[in-house]
Amino acid sequence: MATITIDGNDIQLGEHDRLNVIEAAERAGVEIPYYCWHPGLSVVASCRMCLVEVGQKDKEGKVLMQPRLVPACQTPARDGTVVVTTSEKVKENRRAVEEYLLLDHPVDCPICDRAGECYLQDYYFQHGRSERRDEPHPFTSRRKDLGPEVTIFTDRCVMCSRCVRFTREIAGTAELQVVNRGNHAEIDTFPGFPIDNKLSGNVVDLCPVGALCSRDFLYKQRVWFLQSHDSICTGCSTGCSIRIDENRGAIYRLKPRFNPNANDWWMCDEGRLGFDFVASPDRLTTPKRRAGAALNDADWPDVLAALRSDLSEAVRRHGGTATIGVLSPMLACEEAYLLAKYLKSLNAEVRLALGRVPVVGEDDFYPKTRNGQPPAPKFTIRAEKCPNRRGVESILTALEGRVTTIDDVFAEIESGAVKSVFLTGGYSRPWLSDAEIAKLAKPELVVIVDILASKATENADYVLPGAAWAEKDGSYVNHDGLLQRTERAVRLPGQAHAEGRIFWELAGRPRLFHAGDVLGELAAAVPYFANCANQKVPEHGIRLATQNA
Amino acid sequence: MPEFEQVLLKNIGVPDAQRLDVYKSHGGYRAVEKALRTMSPDDVVKVVIDSKLRGRGGAGFPCGQKWSFLPPHRTTTYLCINADESEPATFNNRIQMEGDPHQILEGIIIACYATKAATAYFYIRYEFVEAYHILQRAIDEAYAAGYLGKNILGTPFSLDVYLHRGAGAYICGEETGLIESLEGKRAWPRIKPPFPAIEGAFRKPTVVNNVETLACVTHIIDRGADWFKSIGVPADPNNPRDMGSYGPKLYGLSGHVNRPGCYELPLGVTCRELIDGPGGGVWKGRKAKAAIPGGLSMGLLSESEFDTPLDFSSLQKVGCMGLGTAAVTVIDDQTSMIDVLHNSCRFFAHESCGQCTPCREGTGWMLRILERMKTGHGRKEDLDVLLQVAESMGTMPGTTICGLADGAAWPVKNALAKFRAEFEAAVTGNRPASSGHDAA
Repeated sequence: MATITIDGNDIQLGEHDRLNVIEAAERAGVEIPYYCWHPGLSVVASCRMCLVEVGQKDKEGKVLMQPRLVPACQTPARDGTVVVTTSEKVKENRRAVEEYLLLDHPVDCPICDRAGECYLQDYYFQHGRSERRDEPHPFTSRRKDLGPEVTIFTDRCVMCSRCVRFTREIAGTAELQVVNRGNHAEIDTFPGFPIDNKLSGNVVDLCPVGALCSRDFLYKQRVWFLQSHDSICTGCSTGCSIRIDENRGAIYRLKPRFNPNANDWWMCDEGRLGFDFVASPDRLTTPKRRAGAALNDADWPDVLAALRSDLSEAVRRHGGTATIGVLSPMLACEEAYLLAKYLKSLNAEVRLALGRVPVVGEDDFYPKTRNGQPPAPKFTIRAEKCPNRRGVESILTALEGRVTTIDDVFAEIESGAVKSVFLTGGYSRPWLSDAEIAKLAKPELVVIVDILASKATENADYVLPGAAWAEKDGSYVNHDGLLQRTERAVRLPGQAHAEGRIFWELAGRPRLFHAGDVLGELAAAVPYFANCANQKVPEHGIRLATQNA
Repeated sequence: MPEFEQVLLKNIGVPDAQRLDVYKSHGGYRAVEKALRTMSPDDVVKVVIDSKLRGRGGAGFPCGQKWSFLPPHRTTTYLCINADESEPATFNNRIQMEGDPHQILEGIIIACYATKAATAYFYIRYEFVEAYHILQRAIDEAYAAGYLGKNILGTPFSLDVYLHRGAGAYICGEETGLIESLEGKRAWPRIKPPFPAIEGAFRKPTVVNNVETLACVTHIIDRGADWFKSIGVPADPNNPRDMGSYGPKLYGLSGHVNRPGCYELPLGVTCRELIDGPGGGVWKGRKAKAAIPGGLSMGLLSESEFDTPLDFSSLQKVGCMGLGTAAVTVIDDQTSMIDVLHNSCRFFAHESCGQCTPCREGTGWMLRILERMKTGHGRKEDLDVLLQVAESMGTMPGTTICGLADGAAWPVKNALAKFRAEFEAAVTGNRPASSGHDAA
């Protein structure tokens, strides 16, 4: 147990805490400003903003202070460490560093993307000097596109070198470097080698000021208009914790959220930029029901009532085994469970299968290395491009006893054994081949719950418009058995309903769908989810039981 | 000035002194034989500690103590020889490397023997083309003669010396900047701790020594610690922290003197003795106004302070940072101090590596102020701002990773303190303050 003193207050650190003075002070509620330090990167101690006075308390309680200021980021918090952050020396250093950083800064906050979430702005108000002592310089604003996603406003840079360290230590691709020396130093790429790795967007998050900007987000929104919602990325089975930033129902950007169990501080560009489908013009917005050759718009109560009776009729006529429900790995656990439970309630022999699991290439490990053995991965983009295969599979294993693949389902459809099929989609791109769509002509009843219009939805008997992940509550189990909750960030388009609500109402359950309640029910019904019983899912998710994966 | 036998420069001017056989005929490689055949590594370290040899590269850190910081149980040790001599007006190492390379190699062999280093990296400044070729020839000769390579002189001790040409800047002379540059990276000084003795080049314990320090080691082993301590200024018995200034020292004299050059003198010679003695007085019959006592980063001496001994402890008493590289630059009374300071600021702004905020931005700011002053647009408040910038970037300890910022701030502090009237006249007179030529 280590006791350290921050500005006169003692705080206790745990046995295994390996903190620097910035982190320890944060626990004591004292904010030490910094630019270059980042918990996920190596320490360079070059911005000199975090300098504090540090001393050591000996056994008799006598404090011996070091005569010089030391960087808090580089100083470990050990038992007896005494930190002073409020002395005039410390304050003067902060004033000086703020002044230095603003000497060559264009102060173009009104047109800067970062304004409102900029360290330089915030610290200036907290620690800066009120007057400018250097002569004002002519305004300059040099912008350079460093890669497909990243652009730099060189004059705003404070040379913290976080971005350079990220490309070296996490991405391993080392595109960014410091060129020139002294106050001519700037961040650049080597000519002909743009920053085009799949993690490049992270350097924008890392930039403490407005130097590195996202080309996707540039000039789209002032950040103070954005509302943030905690969520997770559904782009692959890594399940990065993210933040959805939206304004009036439109998503403007996704940002990674720290989660030591999944993604640390990072996310990939594919996930970061992969939200366009949410606002796609091809979104399904009204429930539809077939009447002869025509597929008509209908109201939810009518559609659900008709679907309920059609399904019961099909099961009555052909027996349970001729009806098959396909649970997409894009569905949240609660939704998959509700649908599975409903279909099984029609007849215990109704069959359940796993929906399409999109796999693209191979797992992509970072950091990359040019030569030698690859280092231990610090970030992985998974080949499995869906968020919840493990969750859906364990529900299938519990309720069905086995996992049938979508290919087997289509083989059976072709053989004519399947009379009615209940398909769930939710993918961000088309997920059925033309051949498979042709096969769907065979069954008597085809129900599709999906978000994007396709040939398949044109030919189905029932089309129920569902929700993209950002539009609904639910939980997902990543490749590692980590269950994470997401919450609704934006409104649904048109009359679309969250799948959870559709299946809840289809099953004729009373009151309203509530994801938390269903998760509790799921925890009781499926042993794999037992850890979720009676508890809120914490910020960093819950690790589920390891067996039964 | 007392009679004194030159050792560091004794072979300079001897025809073909760069050749191994000529060097040997003048008593060369005697110290290596003595160390390797009759002394243990720890004996060598002890003699060097006893000699109180202080590093000649600028900081004056005790050399033997530096060696003793190496962890006792280490597998690999490296010695880096700092020959990135780039302090303005400093050329002592160059004279030695070009004139007497084997003297340095001998010191390297002894230092590696003492520190149990099997590899030495001789980091030489890129611009020293001639010295590079001379050294490479000397290293090849030493290999051929069995002073380098496997089992030197039949002992189990083996050593490889690699001559590495830097392609860097002033900052490569900072010991961790040098190590970074040696490793093929940008020469950004490292944060300490860990110090190089614990984790240096290629993450192994490393000693970085200056060329002149190693040359001194040769003579200390040859003649003994007592001989070395008989030269120079003894430690002040009333000040337990004073480590004394022992041994011969190379003084590089340049600027406005009649006979500029590199002179070997006992430590503690005064600035005036140096200028009026070997230097032959100020040029053109003028008077001196100021002098830079030990490389630009050490600050400035005014003429009235010329009787200060040039040793490791006296210069602090007159407000300078220290002896530095002992490169004395004389400034005559026709020179504008604004020009001098402008030149200084230009140098440091150009050489700041750009890593730490205060140094990167502060050096540039000071240069802008001096540029304004020089063209007659100085303002009264500029002087206070200059001082405050110097204070916050350099002399407030801890504000930067390495000492470059201190070096940049010191001349500003000294110039404003010692020549304040001249600067005040410049900012109130509203006229170009330059003397028409670039000083120093």
